[in-house]
Amino acid sequence: MHSRTLTQLAADLAARRVSATELTRHFLARVERFDGELNAFVTVTAEQALAQAAAADKRIAAGGATPLTGIPLVHKDIFCTAGVKTSCGSRMLDNFVAPYDATVVERMQSAGIVMLGKTNMDEFAMGSSNETSFYGPVRNPWNHDLVPGGSSGGSAAAVAARIAVAATGTDTGGSIRQPAALSGITGIKPTYGRVSRYGMIAFASSLDQAGTLTQTAADAACLLEAIAGHDVRDSTSLDEPVPRYSKIIEERWENITIGVPESFFDDGLDADVATATRAALREYEKLGATLKSIELDYIHLSVLAYYVVKHAEASSNLSRFDGIRFGHRAANAAAGDLLTFYMRNRGEGFGAEVKRRILTGTYVLSAGYFDAYYLQAQKVRKLISDDFARAFRDVDLVAGPTAPAPAFAIGAKTDDPIQMYLNDIYTIGANLAGLPAMSLPCGFVRGLPVGLQLIAPPLAEGPLLKAAHHYQRATDWHARVPERYA
Amino acid sequence: MLTSEDIRRLCKLARIEITSAEIADVSAKLSSIVAMVDQLQAAATEGVVPMAHPLDRPQRLRDDCVTEPDMHALYQRNAALVERDLYLVPKVIE
Repeated sequence: MHSRTLTQLAADLAARRVSATELTRHFLARVERFDGELNAFVTVTAEQALAQAAAADKRIAAGGATPLTGIPLVHKDIFCTAGVKTSCGSRMLDNFVAPYDATVVERMQSAGIVMLGKTNMDEFAMGSSNETSFYGPVRNPWNHDLVPGGSSGGSAAAVAARIAVAATGTDTGGSIRQPAALSGITGIKPTYGRVSRYGMIAFASSLDQAGTLTQTAADAACLLEAIAGHDVRDSTSLDEPVPRYSKIIEERWENITIGVPESFFDDGLDADVATATRAALREYEKLGATLKSIELDYIHLSVLAYYVVKHAEASSNLSRFDGIRFGHRAANAAAGDLLTFYMRNRGEGFGAEVKRRILTGTYVLSAGYFDAYYLQAQKVRKLISDDFARAFRDVDLVAGPTAPAPAFAIGAKTDDPIQMYLNDIYTIGANLAGLPAMSLPCGFVRGLPVGLQLIAPPLAEGPLLKAAHHYQRATDWHARVPERYA
Repeated sequence: MLTSEDIRRLCKLARIEITSAEIADVSAKLSSIVAMVDQLQAAATEGVVPMAHPLDRPQRLRDDCVTEPDMHALYQRNAALVERDLYLVPKVIE
């Protein structure tokens, strides 16, 4: 049952081959059996899940079901869930029970999704390995000594180990696509503003976007249909109609042109990952796509611009966590003056990486530096965005590697923030330019999964998912499961 | 290289307490990050308009009217100390 895709299970539920309650019990048993070793969950909501499953069964019986009714899913612990702890992977929010639902959660709930629990993540989504979580690292289902990627590492591990059918995630610089690649699953980061950020704890507001981690592109299409769309509670959400992605992906394949930025295949890319990525591109040629080399003139500046923008926005966004209205309050905090009180609550509540990023952001935004860093970064961002816009005049999609190497060992990069940052090198361009992008499994290197990244023009999630779906019809990389979890 | 004095000043601005033992490590790591992003200065950006929205969309405005009901009792459940509907903090005025 657990190896079936969301789309297959939706058909099973509709045909009454399985009930939502049976399905939920099956997955909760797998969580119970395997999560001790994976640490993918911060909170398991078993009781609530069974109640939602019972409601889903009633709804299916009454004939008012959607394709998602009764599907067991997990939410990254960055999404607010009313009445359920929402920690964002931080000690700061270890005691925080969200008073409302995020729009993503609310929309899934109204579609009849069953929430199994909340998944582990890098603290405040700041990391590429899931090692900065207050709740400890998540282990990669393919090899427990390795990281699953991050920051949506718990979501990725849960889907890769088939202890959840699908998961939500967020992507600020690659936090859906990179863990999807390192864990051997499919991840999509939609266009900036395509999915509401309401109730999604903010990291870098001009880059953050919610998306999904699933076994297949068809599953992602189904979920995105439910969560995308305008939301008056998020002023950056796009007021655009949501296409029927699940129909678009089934449309006949048309010969598309795929742009390949040669700079993505530089010395920083693992040679075997390069080979696997090239092989995936040849597969697209076999499907009838034309490959075209392209140059993205400013992409080499993306890491620099990205680190300024995200640190600056993080320092501003995280200023709300002070231990007064909510969040961690240090035991001895009230002993000093108000300044000491703030400093103690925050000094104790945040982990080392988060503190480092807030301090860097504070530095680049401090008096005299704003123009030199933040404003300059926003100008470079425009150049990078124009680069992509130029490329999309000639090509339908841009393709390349998702991450520079397969999963690495837990602890291997924790002491060198810059090495860790370079994990995002191929993914951050899409965030800076606000473009939709995906990672899909495209092979194995040294026994570990590798992801192919596809990037599309704004709001072209339909064609993007369609290209991924057609690739997955021709290959079976996405269907591989670590032996232990098969 | 950021000095320990720079780090102390930043910590105060950012309202973050770090221990004296942590300062050397934070200073080294922050300095390497700042050295990296400093390379941004070399980019030729004359005449480029800074990006305001990834898709060049204007910020929407909503009608200036109350849309949220009073939820303070629910929201204050997450606070460490509340008295008579007020959040408690250390005494500010003597």
